[in-house]
Amino acid sequence: MHSKVSDPVGGGQLAGTADDPIGEDALPDTARLGVKLVVAGAFGVGKTTMVRSVSEIRPLVTEETMTQASLGVDSTAGVETKTTTTVAMDFGRITVDEEMILYLFGTPGQERFWFLWNGLFEGALGAVVLVDTRRLEESFGILEKLEESGTPFIVAINTFPDSVSYSTDEVRQALDLPPGVPIVECDARRRDSSRDALLTLMHHLQKLADASELP
Amino acid sequence: MSDAPDWHEDSPERFFMITGGRAGHVEHAALGLVTLILSKAAPKPGMSLEQASVLRLCRSPLSVAEITAHLKLPFSVVTVLLMDLLSEGNVEARSPAPIPKSAMPDRDILRRVIGALQSL
Ligand SMILES: Nc1nc2c(ncn2[C@@H]2O[C@H](COP(=O)(O)OP(=O)(O)O)[C@@H](O)[C@H]2O)c(=O)[nH]1
Ligand SMILES: [Mg+2]
Repeated sequence: MHSKVSDPVGGGQLAGTADDPIGEDALPDTARLGVKLVVAGAFGVGKTTMVRSVSEIRPLVTEETMTQASLGVDSTAGVETKTTTTVAMDFGRITVDEEMILYLFGTPGQERFWFLWNGLFEGALGAVVLVDTRRLEESFGILEKLEESGTPFIVAINTFPDSVSYSTDEVRQALDLPPGVPIVECDARRRDSSRDALLTLMHHLQKLADASELP
Repeated sequence: MSDAPDWHEDSPERFFMITGGRAGHVEHAALGLVTLILSKAAPKPGMSLEQASVLRLCRSPLSVAEITAHLKLPFSVVTVLLMDLLSEGNVEARSPAPIPKSAMPDRDILRRVIGALQSL
Protein backbone atom coordinates (compact mmCIF):
# COMPACT_ATOMS: atom_id res chain seq x y z
CA MET A 1 0.00 0.00 0.00
CA HIS A 2 2.95 2.34 -0.47
CA SER A 3 1.87 5.32 -2.48
CA LYS A 4 4.40 6.59 -4.95
CA VAL A 5 4.44 10.30 -5.58
CA SER A 6 4.91 9.66 -9.26
CA ASP A 7 2.06 7.21 -9.54
CA PRO A 8 0.88 7.98 -13.06
CA VAL A 9 -2.55 6.49 -12.55
CA GLY A 10 -3.39 8.77 -9.65
CA GLY A 11 -5.84 7.46 -7.10
CA GLY A 12 -7.20 4.85 -9.45
CA GLN A 13 -10.58 6.50 -9.13
CA LEU A 14 -12.74 5.35 -12.01
CA ALA A 15 -16.27 6.45 -11.30
CA GLY A 16 -16.02 10.16 -12.15
CA THR A 17 -17.88 11.44 -15.17
CA ALA A 18 -14.78 13.18 -16.51
CA ASP A 19 -13.50 9.66 -16.67
CA ASP A 20 -15.96 8.53 -19.30
CA PRO A 21 -14.19 9.40 -22.54
CA ILE A 22 -16.46 7.37 -24.83
CA GLY A 23 -19.84 8.37 -23.44
CA GLU A 24 -22.78 7.67 -25.66
CA ASP A 25 -20.50 6.29 -28.40
CA ALA A 26 -19.89 3.23 -26.24
CA LEU A 27 -20.52 -0.09 -27.98
CA PRO A 28 -22.63 -2.78 -26.32
CA ASP A 29 -20.70 -5.34 -24.28
CA THR A 30 -21.85 -7.98 -26.75
CA ALA A 31 -19.85 -6.41 -29.62
CA ARG A 32 -17.22 -8.94 -30.60
CA LEU A 33 -16.55 -8.80 -34.34
CA GLY A 34 -15.11 -5.77 -36.14
CA VAL A 35 -15.27 -5.76 -39.95
CA LYS A 36 -14.16 -3.05 -42.35
CA LEU A 37 -14.72 -1.47 -45.71
CA VAL A 38 -12.43 1.01 -47.44
CA VAL A 39 -13.49 4.19 -49.22
CA ALA A 40 -10.69 4.91 -51.68
CA GLY A 41 -10.05 7.64 -54.20
CA ALA A 42 -7.95 10.64 -55.12
CA PHE A 43 -7.66 13.75 -52.98
CA GLY A 44 -10.85 15.81 -52.73
CA VAL A 45 -13.07 13.22 -54.34
CA GLY A 46 -15.44 12.90 -51.38
CA LYS A 47 -14.05 10.09 -49.20
CA THR A 48 -14.40 11.91 -45.89
CA THR A 49 -17.82 13.16 -46.96
CA MET A 50 -19.02 9.61 -47.63
CA VAL A 51 -17.68 8.27 -44.34
CA ARG A 52 -19.39 11.12 -42.50
CA SER A 53 -22.67 10.58 -44.36
CA VAL A 54 -23.14 7.04 -43.12
CA SER A 55 -21.22 6.94 -39.83
CA GLU A 56 -23.02 6.76 -36.49
CA ILE A 57 -20.12 8.54 -34.79
CA ARG A 58 -18.41 11.78 -35.69
CA PRO A 59 -15.57 10.59 -37.97
CA LEU A 60 -12.28 10.00 -36.17
CA VAL A 61 -8.71 9.97 -37.40
CA THR A 62 -6.21 7.17 -37.01
CA GLU A 63 -2.56 7.74 -37.77
CA GLU A 64 0.51 5.74 -38.44
CA THR A 65 4.04 7.04 -38.43
CA MET A 66 6.35 5.74 -41.09
CA THR A 67 10.04 6.15 -41.24
CA GLN A 68 11.37 6.03 -44.74
CA ALA A 69 14.97 4.98 -44.85
CA SER A 70 16.86 5.29 -48.08
CA LEU A 71 19.16 2.43 -48.70
CA GLY A 72 22.74 3.00 -49.71
CA VAL A 73 24.43 0.90 -52.37
CA ASP A 74 25.89 -1.22 -49.60
CA SER A 75 23.17 -1.53 -47.00
CA THR A 76 24.93 -3.78 -44.53
CA ALA A 77 26.10 -0.77 -42.56
CA GLY A 78 22.49 0.01 -41.80
CA VAL A 79 20.21 2.96 -42.27
CA GLU A 80 21.66 6.05 -43.87
CA THR A 81 18.98 8.69 -44.13
CA LYS A 82 15.52 8.78 -42.65
CA THR A 83 12.43 10.84 -43.15
CA THR A 84 9.33 10.47 -41.09
CA THR A 85 5.87 10.61 -42.60
CA THR A 86 2.53 10.48 -40.87
CA VAL A 87 -0.23 8.72 -42.75
CA ALA A 88 -3.70 9.62 -41.53
CA MET A 89 -7.05 8.04 -42.34
CA ASP A 90 -10.44 9.10 -41.20
CA PHE A 91 -12.96 6.49 -40.32
CA GLY A 92 -16.50 6.02 -39.15
CA ARG A 93 -18.59 3.25 -37.70
CA ILE A 94 -21.92 1.50 -38.24
CA THR A 95 -23.26 -0.93 -35.67
CA VAL A 96 -24.45 -3.95 -37.67
CA ASP A 97 -26.03 -5.85 -34.81
CA GLU A 98 -25.31 -6.61 -31.17
CA GLU A 99 -22.18 -8.53 -32.16
CA MET A 100 -20.84 -7.01 -35.36
CA ILE A 101 -19.44 -3.52 -35.94
CA LEU A 102 -18.66 -2.21 -39.42
CA TYR A 103 -15.85 0.33 -39.80
CA LEU A 104 -15.37 2.50 -42.89
CA PHE A 105 -11.91 3.83 -43.58
CA GLY A 106 -11.17 6.66 -45.98
CA THR A 107 -7.77 6.15 -47.55
CA PRO A 108 -5.05 8.72 -46.97
CA GLY A 109 -4.02 11.17 -49.68
CA GLN A 110 -0.55 9.81 -50.30
CA GLU A 111 -1.40 6.62 -52.07
CA ARG A 112 2.19 5.47 -52.24
CA PHE A 113 2.02 4.87 -48.51
CA TRP A 114 -1.13 2.77 -48.47
CA PHE A 115 0.49 -0.56 -48.76
CA LEU A 116 3.20 0.29 -46.31
CA TRP A 117 0.64 0.58 -43.60
CA ASN A 118 0.03 -3.12 -43.14
CA GLY A 119 -3.54 -3.55 -42.27
CA LEU A 120 -5.15 -0.87 -44.37
CA PHE A 121 -6.53 -3.26 -46.96
CA GLU A 122 -5.70 -6.42 -45.06
CA GLY A 123 -8.92 -7.96 -43.88
CA ALA A 124 -11.11 -5.39 -45.63
CA LEU A 125 -14.27 -6.90 -47.09
CA GLY A 126 -13.90 -4.62 -50.09
CA ALA A 127 -13.61 -1.04 -51.29
CA VAL A 128 -15.69 1.70 -52.85
CA VAL A 129 -13.52 3.75 -55.22
CA LEU A 130 -14.85 7.27 -55.59
CA VAL A 131 -14.00 8.97 -58.87
CA ASP A 132 -14.45 12.50 -60.15
CA THR A 133 -15.06 12.56 -63.91
CA ARG A 134 -13.15 15.85 -64.20
CA ARG A 135 -9.96 14.01 -63.32
CA LEU A 136 -10.39 10.31 -63.90
CA GLU A 137 -6.69 9.88 -64.52
CA GLU A 138 -6.05 10.46 -60.81
CA SER A 139 -7.79 7.15 -60.11
CA PHE A 140 -5.57 4.98 -62.29
CA GLY A 141 -2.96 4.33 -59.61
CA ILE A 142 -5.56 3.54 -56.99
CA LEU A 143 -7.39 1.05 -59.19
CA GLU A 144 -4.14 -0.61 -60.13
CA LYS A 145 -3.17 -1.04 -56.50
CA LEU A 146 -6.54 -2.46 -55.54
CA GLU A 147 -6.30 -4.97 -58.36
CA GLU A 148 -2.77 -5.89 -57.31
CA SER A 149 -3.83 -6.46 -53.73
CA GLY A 150 -6.83 -8.53 -54.77
CA THR A 151 -9.27 -6.29 -52.87
CA PRO A 152 -12.74 -6.49 -54.45
CA PHE A 153 -14.13 -3.06 -55.33
CA ILE A 154 -16.82 -1.09 -57.09
CA VAL A 155 -16.53 2.38 -58.63
CA ALA A 156 -18.80 5.24 -57.55
CA ILE A 157 -18.90 8.37 -59.70
CA ASN A 158 -19.28 11.44 -57.53
CA THR A 159 -20.93 14.23 -59.49
CA PHE A 160 -19.75 17.76 -58.88
CA PRO A 161 -21.55 20.89 -60.16
CA ASP A 162 -19.22 21.45 -63.11
CA SER A 163 -18.74 17.77 -63.96
CA VAL A 164 -19.37 16.77 -67.52
CA SER A 165 -21.87 13.96 -67.41
CA TYR A 166 -20.46 10.72 -68.76
CA SER A 167 -22.30 7.46 -69.05
CA THR A 168 -21.09 4.63 -66.83
CA ASP A 169 -19.99 2.86 -70.02
CA GLU A 170 -17.77 5.79 -70.95
CA VAL A 171 -16.27 5.80 -67.47
CA ARG A 172 -15.75 2.05 -67.62
CA GLN A 173 -13.87 2.48 -70.85
CA ALA A 174 -11.82 5.41 -69.64
CA LEU A 175 -10.83 3.50 -66.49
CA ASP A 176 -10.36 0.25 -68.40
CA LEU A 177 -12.54 -1.59 -65.87
CA PRO A 178 -13.46 -5.23 -66.41
CA PRO A 179 -17.16 -5.80 -67.14
CA GLY A 180 -17.72 -7.47 -63.77
CA VAL A 181 -16.90 -4.37 -61.74
CA PRO A 182 -20.09 -2.41 -60.92
CA ILE A 183 -20.16 1.35 -61.55
CA VAL A 184 -22.72 3.58 -59.86
CA GLU A 185 -23.35 7.29 -59.61
CA CYS A 186 -23.52 8.79 -56.18
CA ASP A 187 -23.63 11.95 -54.13
CA ALA A 188 -21.36 11.37 -51.16
CA ARG A 189 -23.06 14.18 -49.26
CA ARG A 190 -26.27 12.18 -49.12
CA ARG A 191 -26.72 9.36 -46.65
CA ASP A 192 -29.07 7.35 -48.87
CA SER A 193 -26.84 7.72 -51.91
CA SER A 194 -23.71 6.73 -49.96
CA ARG A 195 -25.56 3.82 -48.42
CA ASP A 196 -26.63 2.64 -51.87
CA ALA A 197 -23.03 2.73 -53.10
CA LEU A 198 -22.01 0.61 -50.11
CA LEU A 199 -24.88 -1.78 -50.79
CA THR A 200 -23.74 -2.12 -54.41
CA LEU A 201 -20.33 -3.16 -53.07
CA MET A 202 -21.91 -5.67 -50.66
CA HIS A 203 -24.04 -7.24 -53.40
CA HIS A 204 -20.94 -7.42 -55.61
CA LEU A 205 -19.14 -9.26 -52.79
CA GLN A 206 -22.05 -11.68 -52.54
CA LYS A 207 -21.79 -12.38 -56.27
CA LEU A 208 -18.07 -13.01 -55.95
CA ALA A 209 -18.70 -15.35 -53.03
CA ASP A 210 -21.29 -17.22 -55.12
CA ALA A 211 -18.88 -17.50 -58.02
CA SER A 212 -16.07 -18.77 -55.83
CA GLU A 213 -18.29 -21.60 -54.64
CA LEU A 214 -18.97 -22.94 -58.13
CA PRO A 215 -17.16 -26.20 -58.84
CA MET B 1 20.18 -4.94 -37.32
CA SER B 2 18.87 -8.47 -37.43
CA ASP B 3 15.52 -7.56 -35.93
CA ALA B 4 14.48 -5.34 -38.80
CA PRO B 5 10.90 -5.72 -39.96
CA ASP B 6 9.86 -7.59 -43.03
CA TRP B 7 10.36 -5.42 -46.09
CA HIS B 8 10.90 -6.14 -49.70
CA GLU B 9 14.56 -6.72 -50.31
CA ASP B 10 14.25 -5.49 -53.87
CA SER B 11 12.66 -2.21 -52.90
CA PRO B 12 14.87 0.84 -53.41
CA GLU B 13 13.46 2.31 -50.23
CA ARG B 14 12.80 0.71 -46.91
CA PHE B 15 9.99 1.57 -44.59
CA PHE B 16 9.30 0.58 -41.06
CA MET B 17 7.17 1.73 -38.21
CA ILE B 18 8.23 3.65 -35.17
CA THR B 19 7.25 1.91 -32.00
CA GLY B 20 8.80 3.88 -29.21
CA GLY B 21 12.25 2.52 -29.93
CA ARG B 22 10.93 -0.99 -30.33
CA ALA B 23 10.28 -0.97 -34.04
CA GLY B 24 9.92 -4.38 -35.48
CA HIS B 25 10.26 -6.30 -32.22
CA VAL B 26 6.62 -6.97 -31.68
CA GLU B 27 4.50 -9.58 -33.39
CA HIS B 28 1.27 -7.69 -33.74
CA ALA B 29 -0.30 -9.47 -36.66
CA ALA B 30 -3.19 -10.44 -34.39
CA LEU B 31 -4.11 -6.82 -33.73
CA GLY B 32 -5.83 -5.11 -36.63
CA LEU B 33 -7.47 -1.70 -36.85
CA VAL B 34 -10.89 -3.24 -36.20
CA THR B 35 -9.93 -5.69 -33.48
CA LEU B 36 -12.20 -4.94 -30.53
CA ILE B 37 -10.51 -4.47 -27.17
CA LEU B 38 -12.19 -4.87 -23.79
CA SER B 39 -10.65 -4.09 -20.38
CA LYS B 40 -10.36 -6.95 -17.94
CA ALA B 41 -8.87 -4.90 -15.11
CA ALA B 42 -8.86 -1.43 -13.63
CA PRO B 43 -5.83 0.86 -13.99
CA LYS B 44 -3.22 -0.02 -11.40
CA PRO B 45 -0.43 2.03 -9.84
CA GLY B 46 2.74 1.58 -11.83
CA MET B 47 1.00 1.47 -15.18
CA SER B 48 1.85 4.14 -17.69
CA LEU B 49 -0.64 6.93 -18.26
CA GLU B 50 -1.32 5.53 -21.71
CA GLN B 51 -1.99 2.03 -20.44
CA ALA B 52 -4.35 3.43 -17.83
CA SER B 53 -6.11 5.44 -20.54
CA VAL B 54 -6.58 2.32 -22.66
CA LEU B 55 -8.17 0.52 -19.73
CA ARG B 56 -10.56 3.43 -19.16
CA LEU B 57 -11.44 3.72 -22.85
CA CYS B 58 -12.12 0.02 -23.16
CA ARG B 59 -14.58 -0.45 -20.33
CA SER B 60 -16.92 -1.18 -23.18
CA PRO B 61 -15.54 -2.79 -26.35
CA LEU B 62 -13.62 -0.41 -28.60
CA SER B 63 -11.69 -0.91 -31.84
CA VAL B 64 -7.94 -0.43 -32.00
CA ALA B 65 -8.59 2.36 -34.54
CA GLU B 66 -10.80 4.23 -32.06
CA ILE B 67 -8.21 3.78 -29.31
CA THR B 68 -5.55 5.36 -31.55
CA ALA B 69 -7.92 8.25 -32.32
CA HIS B 70 -8.81 8.97 -28.70
CA LEU B 71 -5.21 8.68 -27.47
CA LYS B 72 -3.87 10.57 -30.51
CA LEU B 73 -1.11 8.01 -30.85
CA PRO B 74 0.09 6.17 -33.96
CA PHE B 75 -1.26 2.69 -34.59
CA SER B 76 2.06 0.96 -34.00
CA VAL B 77 2.53 2.67 -30.63
CA VAL B 78 -0.97 1.65 -29.53
CA THR B 79 -0.23 -1.87 -30.70
CA VAL B 80 2.75 -2.08 -28.35
CA LEU B 81 0.65 -0.75 -25.46
CA LEU B 82 -2.00 -3.34 -26.21
CA MET B 83 0.47 -6.22 -26.51
CA ASP B 84 1.73 -5.41 -23.03
CA LEU B 85 -1.78 -5.15 -21.64
CA LEU B 86 -2.76 -8.40 -23.38
CA SER B 87 0.22 -10.31 -22.08
CA GLU B 88 -0.65 -9.30 -18.52
CA GLY B 89 -4.28 -10.23 -18.98
CA ASN B 90 -5.45 -6.65 -18.48
CA VAL B 91 -7.36 -6.54 -21.75
CA GLU B 92 -9.09 -9.01 -24.03
CA ALA B 93 -8.82 -8.80 -27.83
CA ARG B 94 -12.12 -9.86 -29.31
CA SER B 95 -11.87 -10.07 -33.06
CA PRO B 96 -10.46 -13.04 -34.82
CA ALA B 97 -7.37 -12.50 -36.96
CA PRO B 98 -8.04 -10.53 -40.16
CA ILE B 99 -9.63 -12.36 -43.05
CA PRO B 100 -6.87 -13.69 -45.30
CA LYS B 101 -6.60 -11.67 -48.51
CA SER B 102 -7.48 -14.51 -50.81
CA ALA B 103 -10.47 -15.79 -48.89
CA MET B 104 -13.94 -14.55 -49.68
CA PRO B 105 -15.75 -12.87 -46.85
CA ASP B 106 -18.08 -15.03 -44.90
CA ARG B 107 -21.57 -15.12 -46.40
CA ASP B 108 -23.17 -14.62 -43.01
CA ILE B 109 -21.12 -11.43 -42.48
CA LEU B 110 -22.20 -10.08 -45.88
CA ARG B 111 -25.85 -10.79 -45.16
CA ARG B 112 -25.74 -9.07 -41.79
CA VAL B 113 -23.92 -6.00 -43.14
CA ILE B 114 -26.45 -5.69 -45.98
CA GLY B 115 -29.29 -5.85 -43.48
CA ALA B 116 -27.75 -3.08 -41.40
CA LEU B 117 -27.10 -0.85 -44.43
CA GLN B 118 -30.66 -1.32 -45.67
CA SER B 119 -32.02 -0.02 -42.41
CA LEU B 120 -29.72 3.03 -42.32
N1 LIG C 1 -21.16 18.22 -55.44
C1 LIG C 1 -20.61 17.33 -54.66
N2 LIG C 1 -19.64 17.71 -53.81
C2 LIG C 1 -19.07 16.77 -53.02
C3 LIG C 1 -19.45 15.42 -53.07
N3 LIG C 1 -18.69 14.71 -52.21
C4 LIG C 1 -17.88 15.58 -51.62
N4 LIG C 1 -18.10 16.84 -52.09
C5 LIG C 1 -17.37 18.05 -51.69
O1 LIG C 1 -16.03 17.91 -52.14
C6 LIG C 1 -15.11 18.42 -51.20
C7 LIG C 1 -14.05 17.40 -50.83
O2 LIG C 1 -14.65 16.31 -50.19
P1 LIG C 1 -13.86 15.40 -49.12
O3 LIG C 1 -14.85 14.42 -48.60
O4 LIG C 1 -13.15 16.22 -48.13
O5 LIG C 1 -12.80 14.69 -50.05
P2 LIG C 1 -11.64 13.63 -49.67
O6 LIG C 1 -10.35 14.33 -49.85
O7 LIG C 1 -11.78 12.53 -50.67
O8 LIG C 1 -11.87 13.16 -48.27
C8 LIG C 1 -15.94 18.86 -50.00
O9 LIG C 1 -16.10 20.25 -50.09
C9 LIG C 1 -17.27 18.16 -50.20
O10 LIG C 1 -18.35 18.89 -49.68
C10 LIG C 1 -20.49 15.04 -53.99
O11 LIG C 1 -20.87 13.88 -54.10
N5 LIG C 1 -21.02 16.04 -54.75
MG1 LIG D 1 -10.54 13.34 -46.67
